[in-house]
Amino acid sequence: MAVILEVKDLVTKFYTLDGVVNAVNGVSFTLDEGETLAVVGESGCGKSVSMMSVMGLISSPPGKVESGEALYYTSQGARDLLKLSANEMNEVRGGQIGFVFQDPQTSLNPILKVGEQISESLMKHLGISARDARLRALELLAEVGISDPELRYNAYPFQMSGGMRQRVMIAIAVACTPRIVIADEPTTALDVTIQAQIVNLLKQLRAKMGVATIWITHDLGLVAGLADRVLVMYGGKIMEAAPVDLLYDNPCHPYTVGLLGALPRLDIHEAKRLVSIDGAPPDATIPINHCPFAWRCIHAFEHCWNENPVLTNVEEAHQVACFHVFEKGG
Amino acid sequence: MLRYFVSKLLISVVLLLGVLTLAFFMLRMTGDPVALMMSRDASPEEMEAFREMMGFNRPVSVQFLDFLSKAAVGNFGNSLHYATPALPLVMERLSATVKLAVIGLLMAILIGVPLGLTGGLNPGSPLDSLGRFWGLLGQSVPNFWLALLLILVFAVRLHWFPSFGADQAKSVVLPAFVLSLAVSSQILRMTRSTVLEVRGEDFVRTARSKGLNQATIYFKHILRNVAIPLISVIGVQFGYMLGGSIYIETIFAWPGMGQLLSQAIGWRDFPLVQALAIFTSVVVLALNLATDLAYALLDPRIRYGK
Repeated sequence: MAVILEVKDLVTKFYTLDGVVNAVNGVSFTLDEGETLAVVGESGCGKSVSMMSVMGLISSPPGKVESGEALYYTSQGARDLLKLSANEMNEVRGGQIGFVFQDPQTSLNPILKVGEQISESLMKHLGISARDARLRALELLAEVGISDPELRYNAYPFQMSGGMRQRVMIAIAVACTPRIVIADEPTTALDVTIQAQIVNLLKQLRAKMGVATIWITHDLGLVAGLADRVLVMYGGKIMEAAPVDLLYDNPCHPYTVGLLGALPRLDIHEAKRLVSIDGAPPDATIPINHCPFAWRCIHAFEHCWNENPVLTNVEEAHQVACFHVFEKGG
Repeated sequence: MLRYFVSKLLISVVLLLGVLTLAFFMLRMTGDPVALMMSRDASPEEMEAFREMMGFNRPVSVQFLDFLSKAAVGNFGNSLHYATPALPLVMERLSATVKLAVIGLLMAILIGVPLGLTGGLNPGSPLDSLGRFWGLLGQSVPNFWLALLLILVFAVRLHWFPSFGADQAKSVVLPAFVLSLAVSSQILRMTRSTVLEVRGEDFVRTARSKGLNQATIYFKHILRNVAIPLISVIGVQFGYMLGGSIYIETIFAWPGMGQLLSQAIGWRDFPLVQALAIFTSVVVLALNLATDLAYALLDPRIRYGK
């Protein structure tokens, strides 16, 4: 399949009063057309910031995308999203690339009707009249499974449940039939039954529209049933990248192994404490030139403290950034 | 919406009753109202005659009911100084006070809102520093001192504006500016902090993720949310300006209610003071009600009774 988005050596920093936060330290990945890419990692590992950087949604100041490229491929060729003017970027955002954010409580404007919040995107990108935008928004509300769209069009966010608000958020994201949807932990703020509904809705829309999806999450269980490929991030870097089956069958990076080991198991019945990875994520204000996971890694040896490993093929389509894997045989 | 408004209206009525009760008992709190109202060298006969005339010899409960029933039709008794009904005297002064307060409020909004907006949108910029300096100034400069300073500079030295009175169109400029200073800094600080808060909200990021242009994001998504708390600050401040311009009206000899109040206190004209206090309360309560209404119109969460 053709590549639709190619990110190279992305570096993003935040200049705060507490020092420079090295949030993203050289992230590279590709996204194919129609593919679902999951980005996993614990809070603060840079998964959201990477995607926000690509889309120019980092507030500056304090954030700054220092270097890198984000090539967006269309039939007219490639464009670097990081070099587009504000107006050009506004064409891409919402039109070509849609977003679903984590918290539907706060991600919708509290004093605008939800219908208007869908229509304004349609009017901007499709150049259609308010009347046509309204009709299209009603269709979209129905498509995301909201009953009685006529009534709901005029509702305000506070009049809706969390699940319904997230459906509206999804309607906004897919309104202009984008080629990519970035979903930033879209189910984290919802309860479990609603989570399943939202996941199914996004799967349906993906199947129907053939849209490529980047799914940011820390729920590895969700990833298994959803993603084509997975990026595991830690300390602002990609540690392991693999198709979902390979990652679960043959996790290589000690961090991935730790994450999978920390999953609660339903098939083991004896009472056991949940497994966790010792230690805490590194302080991102300290610049390092070694593996960011070394502090917590049970396999760390001398080389890990001297050099920062880069992503290298361990098998076909499966990359790992780890000296232990390559030098000590995993 | 109707329920919201009716409940606010009922609260206002209860508050008004409270104000009336306070105004009535305040006169009797210190003991003999006759002693409070008459000069010290009045003879006992004169005092008795006055007591008789004002009805102070009746039981307090009767006096209170009498006071309430008269207040309900706007009768606060005769001014002792002018020997005419008190309320019309107050109403005569209303237009001057309203003019001063409206112009002062406009000045405060014109200074406070733009400086607050630019400061909130570009924190740390030179205009923001100016705004923050203004905010500090407005909160810390005493208005009587500023009034005297402005009279000294702009009236006495430069002759740009008259130093007192209301006989010229430009007479209003100095008192309105003094009145506006503290309010402009309140509005400025409120606008600035609200803009800073709102522009960091998740829904603003959502608006950006839709590819809307900056102007749409500012006006449609940020400013409408900023307007809600701002309206309530402006409403409260306007009430304060209508009721709180006593010093300023006195210093500038502005013929409004504030000046009348300071004169009435000097004359021990208690019915007039009472009428002024109650009338000002009514105005402030009405303004608060109007603010609540505006609030509801702007914020659907209130309109639909969240």
